Amino acid sequence: MITERDRNHVLTSGYASDEVILSASHIAKSFGNVHALKAVNFDVHRGKVTTLFGENGAGKSTLMKILSGVMQPSSGEIVLDGKAVTFASTMEAQNLGISIIHQELSLAPNLSVRDNIFMGRELRASTGINYAEEERQTRLLMEELDEPIDPLTLVEDLRLGQQQIVEIARALSVNSRILIMDEPTSALSATEVEVLFRVIRDLKSRGVSIVYISHHLEEALQITDHAVVLRDGSMTAYAERKDIDLEWIVRNMVGNNFDLGSPPSGYTMGNVALSIEGIAVPDATVPGRMLVDHVSLNVHAGEIVCIYGLMGAGRTELLECVAGRLAKAHGRVVLEGEDVSRLSLARRIDKGLVLVPEDRQRDGLVQTMPVGQNLSLASIGAFTRGLLTSRRREQSVIDDAINNVHIKTDGGEAAIDSLSGGNQQKVVIGKMLATHPKVVLLDEPSRGIDVGAKAEVFKLLSEGAAQGLAVVYSTSEVGECLSIAHRIIVMGRGRIVAEFGPDATKEEIMAASGEAVVA
Amino acid sequence: MSDTSQATTSAQVSRGGNGKFDVTRLLLEGRAFFALIAIIVIFSILSPAYFSVNNFLTMSSHVSIFALLSLGMLLVILTGGIDLSVGSTLAFAGVFAGFLLQGIPLEFFGVVVYPPVWVVVILTCALGAFVGAINGVLVAYFKVPAFVATLGMLYVARGVALLMTDGLTYNNLGGSPELGNTGFDWLGFNRLLGIPIGVWIMAVVAIVCLLALTRTPFGRWVYSTGGNARAAELSGVPVKRVQVAVYVLSGICAAIAGLVLSSQLTSAGPTAGTTYELTAIAGVVIGGAALTGGRGNVRGTLLGAFVIGFLSDGLVIIGVSSYWQTVFTGTVIVLAVLLNSIQYSGRKKRSDTSNDTTSSSQQGAQTKAEAPVVESAAGKPASQS
Repeated sequence: MITERDRNHVLTSGYASDEVILSASHIAKSFGNVHALKAVNFDVHRGKVTTLFGENGAGKSTLMKILSGVMQPSSGEIVLDGKAVTFASTMEAQNLGISIIHQELSLAPNLSVRDNIFMGRELRASTGINYAEEERQTRLLMEELDEPIDPLTLVEDLRLGQQQIVEIARALSVNSRILIMDEPTSALSATEVEVLFRVIRDLKSRGVSIVYISHHLEEALQITDHAVVLRDGSMTAYAERKDIDLEWIVRNMVGNNFDLGSPPSGYTMGNVALSIEGIAVPDATVPGRMLVDHVSLNVHAGEIVCIYGLMGAGRTELLECVAGRLAKAHGRVVLEGEDVSRLSLARRIDKGLVLVPEDRQRDGLVQTMPVGQNLSLASIGAFTRGLLTSRRREQSVIDDAINNVHIKTDGGEAAIDSLSGGNQQKVVIGKMLATHPKVVLLDEPSRGIDVGAKAEVFKLLSEGAAQGLAVVYSTSEVGECLSIAHRIIVMGRGRIVAEFGPDATKEEIMAASGEAVVA
Repeated sequence: MSDTSQATTSAQVSRGGNGKFDVTRLLLEGRAFFALIAIIVIFSILSPAYFSVNNFLTMSSHVSIFALLSLGMLLVILTGGIDLSVGSTLAFAGVFAGFLLQGIPLEFFGVVVYPPVWVVVILTCALGAFVGAINGVLVAYFKVPAFVATLGMLYVARGVALLMTDGLTYNNLGGSPELGNTGFDWLGFNRLLGIPIGVWIMAVVAIVCLLALTRTPFGRWVYSTGGNARAAELSGVPVKRVQVAVYVLSGICAAIAGLVLSSQLTSAGPTAGTTYELTAIAGVVIGGAALTGGRGNVRGTLLGAFVIGFLSDGLVIIGVSSYWQTVFTGTVIVLAVLLNSIQYSGRKKRSDTSNDTTSSSQQGAQTKAEAPVVESAAGKPASQS
């Protein structure tokens, strides 16, 4: 709990600007034969933001979990304020002033801001809980953070950005000196990011140290003071903000130069594989509004089409409707000359039209099944003879899939959540490719995976296209349009608003989508 | 039994992880088996009558009723559902069979039709399938929560059974030779190679379930539907039809159990099998299945049914009062569930720590992506119920 005096102390006490408050040295963590961290050194400076950069699986989260007491290192030492410490639990870390804010917020949406901030350490009064005092302190915290949220508001009524502020307030209320933020901006709007950054700067000025993890490199560069780059469990680079730029980070993250590829060439495209004719999907919540507004599109065998658009442009709805998941109001979907509009999703898969969904955890993976069974799930028919499945044939389907999409795994029996995000995504893609489709639709295939895995996924797609596969993928990152796509379709408000070739510029695409051109 | 489930055993073990020998893990994985051994050893010491082939066969034929219900229940639970109506369906089926054996008066023709026993069996199974189909359609197509839909059926089926007999019991199930409908008692009393018919039926149903779950597309569909229905659907799995099918199969299993039970008791009463649905769920849970779906197998479920049956019969044999029997049975169930949560949280933690993905990854399938997941301090989703 925080008292007035403590707070003033934090606010006024002077501190050396480059003082190392926490120093982790030679931290190693292994799980069986997997070395997630190999002798990493990591310093946190008082009143500074230290950002951890690294691809998925580089060991960022593991390191943060160790620093916040979620797990213990296999070897190595953590020195806090000059004294060696160990944290057996998050509680112990918190008592020493280290708090972590997870990517998924840990607030109870059904409780008020006040109740969330004092959850688990309610202020006692003779008659039960001292709500008045709790409310007063909450109000004070909110004022300090310059975020006028009423303490009695229910958390579920707050915007995501505000919920994050509440999490920060809770961490501050237990006197946290080191605040670890795991991907804090991934779900925030641009203005909410601004607010968060203002709060972070404010915290810095009060001597609170921030450890920051983000996939948005440019964004992180705006706020960070120190940068630490991890690759494959080792620290590859360390520098102060003034010495680095984006290129430096990317170079150290991936080890060598990469690009997302260019449109595959050297072959002639086939006939029209997929023809979308005047597809319309009404908005169930707003009568009269169209999520997809009479969209028509032809995709040839061997062609790669990118659909670009902002949130709510109708990309996901279009793809889901074409795949047969979403009911349409008008239009036809024609696959190689055959109208498949009336077929179920399963029948369309049989015909060779497959969808790789956007949210792999929610829609792509069966978490209770091992990697192999996930890979073979969509092509069970291929290894069924009569009534029974054939183990041998299934194994060959699985082995092929693992080889074709280059999944890094111990084998088909490995648990799904033992894979990194990029490899999980490859499982979802591999599962659909194992059905030998003619047309593959991918909804944001690069979501939540690192640059290296992104490049691999795009390489896979362009290899597929070279063999006659028709590929349609959607993206919200303009950089991904200008990679392997032969054609770029820009969607806005449910309609196709522009079409470009691979030689378009970022500015053209963004202007067409209605996005403000960022310098 | 353990031979037939060898396949699942090895799959289960290797699926579990690193292949290292781990005593805790072994105890957890095999807990139903060890519990059964412990029960047999303890009761054999306490009572000389317990450890005899004859007693085991008698107990096994009691177990067969629970096991039949549990196997049907397993299918439903694997898809993430629950079937509370099996006890009532059992009674309904028994009464229906009894009714058929009394002869069907066709007043229009002025005759009474006495169907032969095999027709009775088929019609009764069809009735079980029909009851299950109603459950399944309610759950899959009308989106009624499984708990509520089958709770309703629990009352309705029991009520119809009571209505059919006006609350009375059919005691004359033997039929008569001149009517050609004898042989019903064969199910409950006869033995094949010295083993009661009920046990044979249980074994056949278990093998069919085992093959269906491990070697057919249907089995894969069942597991994937329970693991993540949305992902299964997008992979072309006919999720709704799978859901209807498991309730239909559960209904058929309950009807078979009803036939065997009324044959064993030589009477078909509308109050038979009260609370058996709970025993069936207990069997599945003791056998290591997760009520959230996607995890569980036939071997464990059979062991679970044997644990419950051998325990309650053992308590009867050594003369423990029926009140204490209830207490012991309840304790065993809770202990099993306790071990269940240890096992799954252990598995979760292990997999959690072995990678760099967010800790909510598993939960993501069940919660809306936008909704904040409530996590406990250990980074383990707390909303797992």
